Amino acid sequence: MTALQRLFKFNGGVKPAYNKEASTRLPIAVAPTPTLLVIPLHQSIGGMPRPLVKPGERVLKGQRIGGADGNVSSAVHASTSGTVIAVEMRLMPHTSGLSAMCVVIEPDGRDEWIPHGPFDFRGATPMQIHDYLRDSGVVGLGGAVFPSYLKLNPGKQRNLDTLVLNGAECEPFITCDDVLMRERAATILQGALIMRDMLGAGEVLIGIEDNKPEAIAAMEAAAHAVKTAAGESSIKLVSVPTLYPAGGAKQLIRVLTGIEVPHGKRSTDYGVQCFNVGTAYAIFEAIALGQPLISRIVTVAGNVGQPRNFEVLLGTPMRDLIALCGPLPDSDRVIMGGPMMGLRMPDDSVPVVKAANCVLVGSRGLFPPPPPEMPCIRCGECAKACPADLQPFELYWFARAKIFGKAQEYDLFDCIECGCCAYVCPSHIPLVDYYRFAKSEIWARELAKVSSDEARERYEFRMLREEREKQDHAAKLAAKAAARREKAAAAKTDAAKETATPEQDEKKALVAAALERVRAQKEQIQPENTINLTPEQVAEVAAIETRRAEIREMAKPHVWQDD
Amino acid sequence: MLAALLVMAMGAVVLGAALGYAAVRFRVEGDPLVEKIDAILPQTQCGQCSYPGCRPYATAIAKGEAEINQCPPGGDEGIRKLADLLGREFKSLSAEHGIEKPKSVAVIDEQICIGCTLCIQACPVDAIVGASKQLHTVIARQCTGCELCLPPCPVDCISMQAIGESVENWKWKYPVFKINPAQREAA
Repeated sequence: MTALQRLFKFNGGVKPAYNKEASTRLPIAVAPTPTLLVIPLHQSIGGMPRPLVKPGERVLKGQRIGGADGNVSSAVHASTSGTVIAVEMRLMPHTSGLSAMCVVIEPDGRDEWIPHGPFDFRGATPMQIHDYLRDSGVVGLGGAVFPSYLKLNPGKQRNLDTLVLNGAECEPFITCDDVLMRERAATILQGALIMRDMLGAGEVLIGIEDNKPEAIAAMEAAAHAVKTAAGESSIKLVSVPTLYPAGGAKQLIRVLTGIEVPHGKRSTDYGVQCFNVGTAYAIFEAIALGQPLISRIVTVAGNVGQPRNFEVLLGTPMRDLIALCGPLPDSDRVIMGGPMMGLRMPDDSVPVVKAANCVLVGSRGLFPPPPPEMPCIRCGECAKACPADLQPFELYWFARAKIFGKAQEYDLFDCIECGCCAYVCPSHIPLVDYYRFAKSEIWARELAKVSSDEARERYEFRMLREEREKQDHAAKLAAKAAARREKAAAAKTDAAKETATPEQDEKKALVAAALERVRAQKEQIQPENTINLTPEQVAEVAAIETRRAEIREMAKPHVWQDD
Repeated sequence: MLAALLVMAMGAVVLGAALGYAAVRFRVEGDPLVEKIDAILPQTQCGQCSYPGCRPYATAIAKGEAEINQCPPGGDEGIRKLADLLGREFKSLSAEHGIEKPKSVAVIDEQICIGCTLCIQACPVDAIVGASKQLHTVIARQCTGCELCLPPCPVDCISMQAIGESVENWKWKYPVFKINPAQREAA
């Protein structure tokens, strides 16, 4: 029911041309399975999943091919059955134009599912739900691809009041949530109810921008059906004013509940959690049907003959999708996402991933090159437009001058990169580019700082250890010497002189003991040629000895001279 | 006159006592300047500065015994930060201490390693694991790229590999836009 609810406002926002009608004229079509699926292992925020399949292996639809690695990571699955051709570096749908690990699957056309069934989340422990959702690969489908299991962890958020379902879809050209709500409203609500039960939330608020009357009508009908069938009255549908970026999580929460989530806090601290409608749909599929996230709705729009929404298997090359819509000859770029926040793709061969809500084909006619950047005139238009209540011009100066510490002080990381500031800037400054530059520099520095701190700690520990080993060694030697002294002292106690100091005693005892040892050794070793001699031999030896003594006498003065 | 002298004397005694107490109570252990310099140094512990580690070099800088441009891993940016901190003039990196190289990690060729443990003893941050006559390996995440393990290796099985750019560590570039000459003329 579109409740008569008091709505709030966020600061700023812009109203760009929406261009949404063209792609909503046709229903969702299922995109054909491509000849080759390239599924990147890293499709969510967090750690890179480790590959679970080897080249040559046969995989089934829905089989896990990448296992979550670390606390923040989400699994990936085979989108259809087939043979793994390679696990190798492939071009990623990323602005950098760099490659990353992908699993390349050649579909066998049979589309054979792995055995699967519903998951009883009511009977499961929170940890089981956590692991199940992580291994189902469900992530936020609004574009941020944050693993959903981390947001649905009921252990942490006991006192959650409101579950906000985000159907605002404020960015131009994108209509995937719109058509999903029109065609599959009941499923979305089922998913929302599952999430509500997991979180123990009191009410479900669904925010939809008022430029989607068909979606609102469909959702209203579905909510009414749920209400009459199950007596479920916690779902509230709210039509929110069309204003970019009303679909930002913090902005939508503010519009619906009036709660302004401050810097450094999460919405859950205020009892609100927010999910995209597409995520609710994926949650329903994962929990009620046991199907992991292997496909999503993608809008193909922009410079194409017939813009449309498709249900696409993850890993399908964007080129194949664009071909279905008849790209116009002057197309020269592909953007993943919308014109405000989208990322330019290195080329059209990159695969559709979980983050790809829209494949926007561009041309010089549709998106003319920006006019040259001119100096900031400090008009303050950007601050008026900023939905995050920041001061974009300050951030711009600091980012431009590479004074990153100051940029952080002005809360650069609260910037959602919505592009409102750049949209209104009369000097055509690409402000968001500067913010992205500053953010990634700061991240890199933080990482370097962490690793250098760790290196310092390890180096200092090594120094400590070496010092300790040295001391241990010296102590051992000292103990040995002491033991020897004691022994010698014990042997000499009888002969000890009373006049001598104990130190001298010790030294003398040591010397005496050493001499004694030498004498004993000498006694032991007797040259064999001096035993059992005949009298003649003895006489000869004596003669030689006297001669030697004489020579020694003669040599003495020379030795002295030498000295 | 006497009262004035007394007051001044009392003041001196009280203030002196307070200062004396503060000197004992708020005594600073170690040299805070060394800590600050050490925080800027990259902690590679490579010894290229001719001191046995980053901390000894920091101590030497603080005492004024060393120049600030002896740390190749810190590069020009590190020198600039040191110059800012110490109020000294920026100097380009001293050539005798080496050149700035891209960050890299040591990799042991496991086919050649004979398990002599010499590299383990040389590593300043204990980033090499292994035992006598057992294969050694480098913990890449903790390797500072100091290259100190290269000279002791009797079979030359350690090589330095530069950390390449990946999707994870890629950085957005500083926005640079071509200026169209025709447009400039028009303007």
